[in-house]
Amino acid sequence: MNDDYLEIRGLTVDFDGFKAIDGVDLTLIQGQLHFLIGPNGAGKTTLVDAVTGLVAGTGLARYRHQDLLRMKSHRIVRAGIGRTFQTASVFEGLSVLQNLDIAGGIHRSAWGMLRARRGTPSYVEEALETIGLTALRDKPAGVLAHGQKQWLEIGMLLVQDARVMLLDEPVAGMSAEERDATGELLLRIGTERTIVVIEHDMDFVRNYAQLVTVMHAGKVLAEGSVAEIQANARVQEVYLGRTVEAEANRA
Amino acid sequence: MKNVQKWGRTWGPLLAIALVAIALLVVAPAVLSPFRLNNLGKYVCWAIAGVGIGLAWGRGGMLVMGQGVFFGLGGYAMAMHLKLEASMATGGPDAVPDFMVLYGDGTMPGWWEPFRSGPFTLFAIVVVPAVVAAILGFAIFKRRVKGAYFAILTQALAVAFATLLIATIQQTGGFNGLNQFTLFFGYNLYDPVNKKMIYSIAAAVLVVCLVVVWQLYRSRFGELLVATRDAEERVRFLGHDPANIKLAAFVVAAVMASIGGALFTPITGIISPSDVDATASIFLIAGVALGGRALLLGPALGAIAVGFGQTTLSESFPDQWTYGLGLLFIIVILCFPAGLGNAWSQVTTRFRRSEAVS
Repeated sequence: MNDDYLEIRGLTVDFDGFKAIDGVDLTLIQGQLHFLIGPNGAGKTTLVDAVTGLVAGTGLARYRHQDLLRMKSHRIVRAGIGRTFQTASVFEGLSVLQNLDIAGGIHRSAWGMLRARRGTPSYVEEALETIGLTALRDKPAGVLAHGQKQWLEIGMLLVQDARVMLLDEPVAGMSAEERDATGELLLRIGTERTIVVIEHDMDFVRNYAQLVTVMHAGKVLAEGSVAEIQANARVQEVYLGRTVEAEANRA
Repeated sequence: MKNVQKWGRTWGPLLAIALVAIALLVVAPAVLSPFRLNNLGKYVCWAIAGVGIGLAWGRGGMLVMGQGVFFGLGGYAMAMHLKLEASMATGGPDAVPDFMVLYGDGTMPGWWEPFRSGPFTLFAIVVVPAVVAAILGFAIFKRRVKGAYFAILTQALAVAFATLLIATIQQTGGFNGLNQFTLFFGYNLYDPVNKKMIYSIAAAVLVVCLVVVWQLYRSRFGELLVATRDAEERVRFLGHDPANIKLAAFVVAAVMASIGGALFTPITGIISPSDVDATASIFLIAGVALGGRALLLGPALGAIAVGFGQTTLSESFPDQWTYGLGLLFIIVILCFPAGLGNAWSQVTTRFRRSEAVS
């Protein structure tokens, strides 16, 4: 049994009396695509924010014997936890290659930082290959399509060598082909990492989720495979029910 | 073609620095009168501080409005040594600067004592501003103070620094500052050859500073600094503390300002609170903004141009020249917010865009 898992116990985030996260227990294990779903305001993004040091939380979030809740954001990243944001935030003025290269900074010495970049490090080359942007390596990241920016962000996490990746709605705004490409990418890199995806798109969840956690009003409502979640009456009530209704309306 | 471009991108800036070096170190001494050359030396000192401002503000996004403080730390450190050197030449090894006898009881404060030593003075010129900037920067950046708040804070420091100098006439010469130097590390300051030598030192230091920032700009640190300027929070999630990145640039800028101030003192023969106060600090910023803050040569050439403009305009229009400078500043910021050095590329980009539209 390896220790490559993230354990969350009794996590609570309190915004002036409003509990955005209320005593959440969650274990994120390596090698499976773990989806976090729930209606708006369920606390999914806040959970990721708390684990990555963006908001203060109480409880425990342990990864490799370190309590993430007591660490600063950049230390958490150095401990191997990476995240993306709902809006792709790549450095638009820098090229694809520079974006990836800059993400490798934490593995370099201070002296190495003072030197100019020569050639392409092998791990950057590999990440380029994995996310399929090799042909666009010298293009400024600002001109990339929306989907490509999200892939670039995932590539930056690869270069960072993030063992735990927390992805906040990575396929929002993507075309169907881009969604599939993203799903395949996540499956490919997920075998040796812990990947958590916050998602609203139920088709995407159905196609790629190996484990689903449903959140509602700051609490964990249910956890299990896609089939189990879909069969869960309470989940249907608070979340899937609405989606089914919405889909029925659309049809 | 691609190779030529690549070659140009790597070595073009070095070539430009070399041209500046030739202009300052070979051409200027040959064609300028000793008086004009000495004036140019003064502008070069501002340019040295300007190069640091370019790093901190242009690349790092920190509007450092109080660089006069660091300029002053270097300038006064040098002035204390030169003052002691002048006193010791006439009054023996225990001599005390004349103004201390004039305004005080003729005893010298203990912290003046080490400045009798030349090597210590040179050491202090680099280390004192670095330590001060590190402590200040640590307190400021760790608290995530930025933008206008940062600018106001640094500006207030310059005001406080000048006020402190004026208030401590017995220790720092007060409003008059420190002047009447005779020797510069053993060289007679009244000898034109030695004046020329000090000018050459200043010009050489400017070239070295330009090479230093050239390397910083092309390094991974430079990329990270620009990334921090543009998206500080994102850099945090690359595993860096943005405070440390900004701190490094701030310290380098402070040291450059200090070295500029240290050379300013023997070139002008005086350092006083008006050389290091808020107005002087803004003056430094103005040169950098005019030249192009994010460019390699923009800050240095801008500072030299503003210094030159100040002298020429003040010779012809002693009362109105500040209006002229202010007007120029407004026009440049309105038309070319990135500075005159960027004007050409800005015009060509606009031209290309309108071409693409039509």
